[in-house]
This record gives sequence, structure tokens and C-alpha cells, in this order.
Amino acid sequence: MVSLVPKSPCADLLPLAIAETTVSEVVPEAITLVAPFKGKKKTVSDALKAEVGVGFPAPGRMTGKQDARCIWVGPEQALVIGPAVSPDGAAVTDQSDGFAVIQITGPMAANALARLTPIDLRRDHFKPGHTARTLLNHMTCSITRLGAASFEILVFRSMAKTAVHELTEALKLLEGRAKLS
Amino acid sequence: MRITCPYCGERDIREFTYRGHALAIARPAPDAGEAAWDDYLHLRDNPAGATQDLWHHGPCGAWVIVDRDTVTHEVAGSKAVAEVKR
Ligand SMILES: [Zn+2]
Repeated sequence: MVSLVPKSPCADLLPLAIAETTVSEVVPEAITLVAPFKGKKKTVSDALKAEVGVGFPAPGRMTGKQDARCIWVGPEQALVIGPAVSPDGAAVTDQSDGFAVIQITGPMAANALARLTPIDLRRDHFKPGHTARTLLNHMTCSITRLGAASFEILVFRSMAKTAVHELTEALKLLEGRAKLS
Repeated sequence: MRITCPYCGERDIREFTYRGHALAIARPAPDAGEAAWDDYLHLRDNPAGATQDLWHHGPCGAWVIVDRDTVTHEVAGSKAVAEVKR
């Protein structure tokens, strides 16, 4: 009997540290896409609050904290990252194996991301708890600000290696430039 | 060029895909007849000035109607197709 070994999307790739900035993987218990049916957003939000203590987020926002959070990913769609949820009144899809969840933290985090995404990451514009569906170079991604110098990036699992490569190259470039000055 | 996604805010053009004139959402009834369907599928104006485009914001999946000027390249406004067509 073959015994399969579970592997996280960024196993063998992360963690890494460049220029005092760390890139690490987060492997949540579950990732669930919740898409409320027409007119059911309030019901679903209440159900999520009862289940895991986080409400359905407004566009561009995250609700909750590290152990259970809900991030907006599109019109009438959000991902619950943390315990599995099954609220009534919504299309619910288990996507736990579908995403790589990467956190980048440190003095070069924002600068590295700024080389890869077209959105405005300045702190007065993109605050902790703000999230954006955007691009990480050529990849579609979600970027969420967790703190002043800490971001979470979601990409499709199949793009994990490319995402880590992009972040590594951006950090190396910034590290090299810092050494010159 | 920058376009405002009704959900995500003002974004760079590289996040969007052009999907033709906005009249694509005004699909004729199945029995509207050959002339109406020929017009809908094949005939387009080529205005010098104000026009309405359909754009797709890939990262969030929203379809967006954009008011744009083909002469000045000014983007005058945008709205979600979902808010217009229910
Ligand atoms: Zn959008």
C-alpha cells in the first residue's frame, strides 16, 4: 500500500530571510470560499460570527485575526482562513488545498512588494486590515496588510514556486542596492 | 490609463481586459429577428469621442462599464455591470 505524505504548498521553499525581512508560509486549518446567495449577506455574516467569530467583510477589507480571518476576494465572495465553516445561505467551497499562504514581514516587505504589484501600498492608503485583489508581477493574488511591516499574500498553489521566486528576487535586489549606498 | 473598479477602486490598466463595447450586455431577445441579432453580434460604431466599454477586472472578477473618450483618452466614470443589469 502506497503511503502518501502530505506536503504544504511552500514546503522546501520557505522560510527564508533576506535583508532582515522574512518570508514564511502559513498553513491554515482550512480555506473556505463563501459566496452568499442574493440578499443573504447579512444572514451569512451572522452565521460566520456564530461559527468562528468573524463577519463577512466589505470590499477590500479583512475581518478577524490570525487564528480566524475572512478576506474579501471579489463581489459577494470572501475566503475564510482558519477553521472550516459551513454557513447557511451561501455557496461554500473547500479550497484548503488550492492556495499558498505566504507572509512577508520586515523592513523591506513593503518595498519588495512595491516592485511586484501596481497597487499603492503606502500606509495611509493601504492600512492593516485592508486587502486587495491585484497582481504579483504576472500572477493574480490577494495582498492583505497585517501590520505596519507585515503582509499576507495568497496565490494559487500551483504558483507557489513562482511567487517565492518573485519575492526572493525583489528582496535580493533591495539587499544589493542597500549594500551599495 | 487607469480604471476605477467599482469594488477595488482606481487600478492600473494591466489588471483589466478589454471586452468590447458595452452594448454587449444589451442582448436581444431570442426571437428578436435576424436584423437585431446581426446588429448585436457584428455591427459597431467607431466613435471619435464618448464611448462606453466593457472591461473585466481580472483579480476580483468584476465586469465594469467604463465611460471613456476615444479622442482625449479621458476616463469619465465606471460602474459595475451587476449594478446595472439585474
Ligand atoms: Zn475589482
